[in-house]
Amino acid sequence: MSESMAPPKRAFAPIRWMRENLFNTWYNVLLTVVVVYMIGTSVGPLLNWLFLDATFTGADPKDCIGDGACWLFINQRLNFFMYGFYPDAQQWRVDIMFLLLAVAFVPQFIERFPARRWLGIFGMTGLPIIGYILIPGGWFGLEEVQSHKWGGLMLTLILAYVGIIGSLPLGVILALGRRSEMPIIRGFCVIFIEVWRAVPLITVLFMASVMLPLFLPEGMNFEKLLRALIGITLWQSAYMAEVIRGGLQAIPRGQYEAASALGLGYWRKMRLIILPQALTLVIPGIVNTFIGLFMDTTLVLIIGLFDILGTVQSTITDPSWQNVATEGYVFVAFCFWVFCFGMSRYSQNLERKLDTGHKT
Amino acid sequence: MKKLITLAAGTATLLGTLMAGNAMAATTLDAVKQKGHLQCGVTSGLPGFSQPDDKGHWTGIDVDTCRAVAAAIFGDAEKVQFTPLTAKERFTALQSGEIDVLSRNTTWTLTRDASLGLNFTGTNYYDGQGFLIKKDIGVTDAKELNGATVCIQAGTTTELNLADYFRANNMEFKPIVFDTSEQTVQGFASGRCDVLTSDRSQLAALRSKLADPSSAVILPNTISKEPLGPVVRQGDDQWFNIVKWVLFAQINAEELGVTSENVDDMKKSDNPNIQRLLGTDGDMGAKLGLPADFGYKIIKEVGNYGEMYNRNVGPGTPLDLERGLNALWTEGGIMYAPPMR
Repeated sequence: MSESMAPPKRAFAPIRWMRENLFNTWYNVLLTVVVVYMIGTSVGPLLNWLFLDATFTGADPKDCIGDGACWLFINQRLNFFMYGFYPDAQQWRVDIMFLLLAVAFVPQFIERFPARRWLGIFGMTGLPIIGYILIPGGWFGLEEVQSHKWGGLMLTLILAYVGIIGSLPLGVILALGRRSEMPIIRGFCVIFIEVWRAVPLITVLFMASVMLPLFLPEGMNFEKLLRALIGITLWQSAYMAEVIRGGLQAIPRGQYEAASALGLGYWRKMRLIILPQALTLVIPGIVNTFIGLFMDTTLVLIIGLFDILGTVQSTITDPSWQNVATEGYVFVAFCFWVFCFGMSRYSQNLERKLDTGHKT
Repeated sequence: MKKLITLAAGTATLLGTLMAGNAMAATTLDAVKQKGHLQCGVTSGLPGFSQPDDKGHWTGIDVDTCRAVAAAIFGDAEKVQFTPLTAKERFTALQSGEIDVLSRNTTWTLTRDASLGLNFTGTNYYDGQGFLIKKDIGVTDAKELNGATVCIQAGTTTELNLADYFRANNMEFKPIVFDTSEQTVQGFASGRCDVLTSDRSQLAALRSKLADPSSAVILPNTISKEPLGPVVRQGDDQWFNIVKWVLFAQINAEELGVTSENVDDMKKSDNPNIQRLLGTDGDMGAKLGLPADFGYKIIKEVGNYGEMYNRNVGPGTPLDLERGLNALWTEGGIMYAPPMR
């Protein structure tokens, strides 16, 4: 009787893997060759343009010679693209906010980071308050910086952040309201959600910026940014409510009944039993909506707010530079990618950690 | 029922208070003085007219027009805040009182002047529509453009002017419409059209964006009149006069040879016209509700019309535009201001 042997280890054999996956049929051979050729011809020039031939430093537009990208343009305008018209001497206030934002949210990616949870809670509650004091200023001896001076990446983050922070609680309340047994509350929530969901964001922004001032008496004005923020938050909360309602519906009826059987009232039932489960279920949906919102913030361009895309677009037409439109748009795309990719990684992280085993 | 009446009364009181609060800031000048700054609507980025520079500081001829108004009121050209506006928003922003002056590359037309509740106060730049064309096509006059494909930016009067011009001359054309100006240039550069049309003030800037600017020429024809100027709300004649005379003061200053450099010496001038302009003789400012030396402040802080032109769009700037129509009437142009007396 021979001893049983362990199955041979599957060594990684590149040639074999390629033969099995890339060259196993005649059409796969053809596809492989075509794709390799396309990558080969495009990656080289792309790298050349992006890095090797590109100009990174210099003093003025004339330093941008050669065929590569003119990153010097981004370099010189970086301050404007980050802060908009925010006064130089006051930019430390924005820097503090950037830093706090990073402190609150970057640890969320690191398992076992001490007090991670508290940092997250701080990011959702304390940070908006600090931002509200710090960015506009006007109290505690801080110089007032009016909202029309805000711009660039900072404004994009403010729009997205306020939209996210505001719409999540509002969305929860609307979702609960829609499933309420009280007809007036339910009716109100249904109408609110359906009206806002049926209107594109661009229309909401136009209404807020063009129509609303006509209805108000002359001389009575809300700041444009405030109107846009309210519009974005209300619009987003309707979407959020529908995502959360999906989670609420997925909770088995038994959970509701068990909670009631324990003698819990409505709010405690929701807070302790239903919402934790429902929100966990719909994390991917919530983050998806956030990513969508983050990208939708560029629409404020049409009402003349200078978010990061707006600042770039207003300067790429500067005639003292060669055609720098491509560089500008690549830069904007990169900024958006960093934030959206971050959010999507975070949601995957969270999903793994909160995996309840419901999934098959 | 009683409750309802109370509610209605409350609402009425509230509305009344709001209206009254509104009526208190009687004139635009008072409101501006109270705010401590002028609120001015500009484009969100048009070379030479209003564009943020490297430092995020607004530059351009439209921007300087606003600075001149601020200098006249406050004696400080920096007491102005700019609201970047899109073409669609601009009139609403003015009508609703969000801005005090609209200086946003806006063409003066009858419809706008008569039906929007607005008044154009003058012209700070006489523009017109022109053509940029590939040199190797060999056309030297717009009348030879029959059958051409033309790149245009969508949603502008440019599109309508072009159609009018070709119809009036019994010519055919094929429009290729783009959304933004840089896309229009790209379309022209990549050979999708033979001709690019836009305001003449922008053609030179667009041409400089081509890989080889010398491969394209600007045709001499101007197919439309585009007088661009500041706009104010209708119904406040004092404010209308202020914005109007600030520009006139700048044009008169150029005619009289008063510049930001020699303005201090000019204060001692014996010429009564200069004395009235700078406020050393006759209180012209009081008639407008402005300080007596408002003319001096404008010239000192912003400069006369020629300085403003040369700094932003004139020869030597990237736009490199000859004075042309915008020269003084004494030098072959049509810039002409009524006398200050």
